[in-house]
Amino acid sequence: MSSHSNYNPTNPVEKWFDERLPLIRFSKEHLMDFPTPKNINYWWTMGAVLAIVLVVQIVTGIILAMHYVPNIEMAFDSVEHIRRNVNYGRIIQGTHAVGASMFFFAVYIHMFRGLYYGSYKAPREILWILGVIIFLLMMATSFLGYTLPWGQMSYWGATVITNVFSAIPLVGTPILEFLRGGFVVDNPTLNRFFSLHYLLPFIIAAVVALHIWALHVPGNGNPTGVEVKSNADTIPFHPYYTMKDLFVIVVFFIPFAWFVFFAPDILGHADNYIRANPFVTPAHIVPEWYLLPFYAMLRAVDFDVLFINAKLGGVIVMFGSILILMVLPWLDKSKTRSGNYRPMFKPFFWLFVLNFLMLMYLGAQVAEGIYVILSKVGTAYYFGYFLIVLPILARIETPKPLPNSISESILDKHEAKAAKKIQIGGEGNE
Amino acid sequence: MSKMKKIFSALALSVLLAIPAPTLAAPASGKAPELQKWSFAGIFGTYDTNQLQRGFQIFQEVCSTCHGASLIAFRNLTEAGGPEFPESQIKQLASEYYIIDPELEEGERPAILADQWPNPFATEREAREVNGGALPPDFSVLAKARNLAKKFPMNFYDMATAYQEGGADFIYNLLVNYEDEPPHGVEIADNQQYNSFLGRGIAMMSPLMEELVEYDGDGVPLTVEQYAKDVTAFMYWMADPHLVSRKTIGLNVLIFLSVFALLMYLVKRRIWAGVKH
Repeated sequence: MSSHSNYNPTNPVEKWFDERLPLIRFSKEHLMDFPTPKNINYWWTMGAVLAIVLVVQIVTGIILAMHYVPNIEMAFDSVEHIRRNVNYGRIIQGTHAVGASMFFFAVYIHMFRGLYYGSYKAPREILWILGVIIFLLMMATSFLGYTLPWGQMSYWGATVITNVFSAIPLVGTPILEFLRGGFVVDNPTLNRFFSLHYLLPFIIAAVVALHIWALHVPGNGNPTGVEVKSNADTIPFHPYYTMKDLFVIVVFFIPFAWFVFFAPDILGHADNYIRANPFVTPAHIVPEWYLLPFYAMLRAVDFDVLFINAKLGGVIVMFGSILILMVLPWLDKSKTRSGNYRPMFKPFFWLFVLNFLMLMYLGAQVAEGIYVILSKVGTAYYFGYFLIVLPILARIETPKPLPNSISESILDKHEAKAAKKIQIGGEGNE
Repeated sequence: MSKMKKIFSALALSVLLAIPAPTLAAPASGKAPELQKWSFAGIFGTYDTNQLQRGFQIFQEVCSTCHGASLIAFRNLTEAGGPEFPESQIKQLASEYYIIDPELEEGERPAILADQWPNPFATEREAREVNGGALPPDFSVLAKARNLAKKFPMNFYDMATAYQEGGADFIYNLLVNYEDEPPHGVEIADNQQYNSFLGRGIAMMSPLMEELVEYDGDGVPLTVEQYAKDVTAFMYWMADPHLVSRKTIGLNVLIFLSVFALLMYLVKRRIWAGVKH
């Protein structure tokens, strides 16, 4: 999309540089002049927030790696050394740990935004799939990072999650031993997890670059789901959206700082302040809150299906719950993108959100009694939403009439508002 | 503005619903804990220096005969935001402890400010032998390694008020709930004492009793409850020694971010003023 460039270097040095490497031109096109729909709302600001949080994680992480020791005898103490003796170490380490939670909080809003407004639909399938890949990489990175302090939850979390791979028939055990670097979770495991935890964020950054590239081919979606038709529908990214995003980023930093400075441990587990001990299993092994829905689905399968035993079934369901997002563009064939114009879709979508939160709650509970039954119901609805509800809705639903263009919808909105104002004013005068 | 409000209330609600109670090591069958008003809780929380000094006295005279504090250095006891003992006093104190150093002819030397708090036992085996098979846990981060499980929605109330002192509540309640005899029908091992907070026997015998430690002057009651509060506060400081400076910076950060957010909102509104959207 070079059509929207109005970069005309006047300075001879800039001109010379532009002819050889049009870096400034590229930045101006994509970071400043990029035509963006006028009507996108605050749910569209999480992309910028996520980009900033990724930078925060990488910067704090690099500093932590300067002081951290990936050795089972020293890892726990080295994290404490950071907290106690490194200048501002308690804040840097707290920011990194809380940052992981904030990262997932923002990504969930970002993803549910995409699900509601049909951001995955043509022509944005690749953009969506890249997003799912980033989400997978984020989960892997956060899990690897959580093992590094080598507390009880680190150790047993690593044991439980690597064990998941042993469910794969035939190659399961070799994969398990390859991941662990031995028969049990031990020093080689910690070494490779540290190495990979340092590597993956840069891969995430690279996929984010592709994600933004794929965004800038069709351009942003918007709450109406009607594509941009003319220049009247758009405004330049800068200053309109740079400043709006920056406002939201600063607001987002307020709860972030709240946790970092006043309660850096409240999102974690007390058990991770106990050194890893292979001989003592914690009473409840629970992942961090952001992985709980998937953990609940893993545990929901406690029955065999034909030749698939419960363990393998759980693993299939857990990975399937994320991989199914990759094929979502082909499951939901409704031509209408935005949930605003889909009366039947809306209740199912909000039920899906509630169901996800319920699974999150269930993932932290003991796997017994009513919790298991609810987990099964929740898992069934999670998959049912994608495999049954969306395909059927695409066939039977009559969407509300769409506006002809973005500018028309904006005009309608303002007219409706003005009419309402007059009405209210009139009533007041009587 | 109403749209903004809707979005932020939706965000707040999703936070409230999204983060469930972590299931933590709460006593399964014990009696309900009594929560304390800790001076270091909440966003304005700060340590009471006198309390930390009293807590240290209990740690030194009672706890440290069995419990180590390997991450604490003598110098920490002099630092700002902690018990803030005078340096000369801690130098003197350190010199009364010996650090094992096989490189030296004598095999040991008096401790200096930079040394870590020496462990009471040379090895885990020795510690277990002396304590009837049980291992007294190290105190360095113990106040963070314990917690009282709060159920939804109280866990969100704690997040909203920045109350993460569940570990302190746990330790206080453990210390004040020892019973001479287990309740009728409850079996405990020979080398255990019954604790009604845990609802079971524990290998550590009741460590505190009235007038066990003599405080200097100042009319602080010499009760088990007071001792428990003081030593718990000291243990919390050991686990979180930079709490005071962190919270002070945090308040400044919050003020800065709030003003910045307001300014950015005005910038945004001004820029968008001429655009129908």
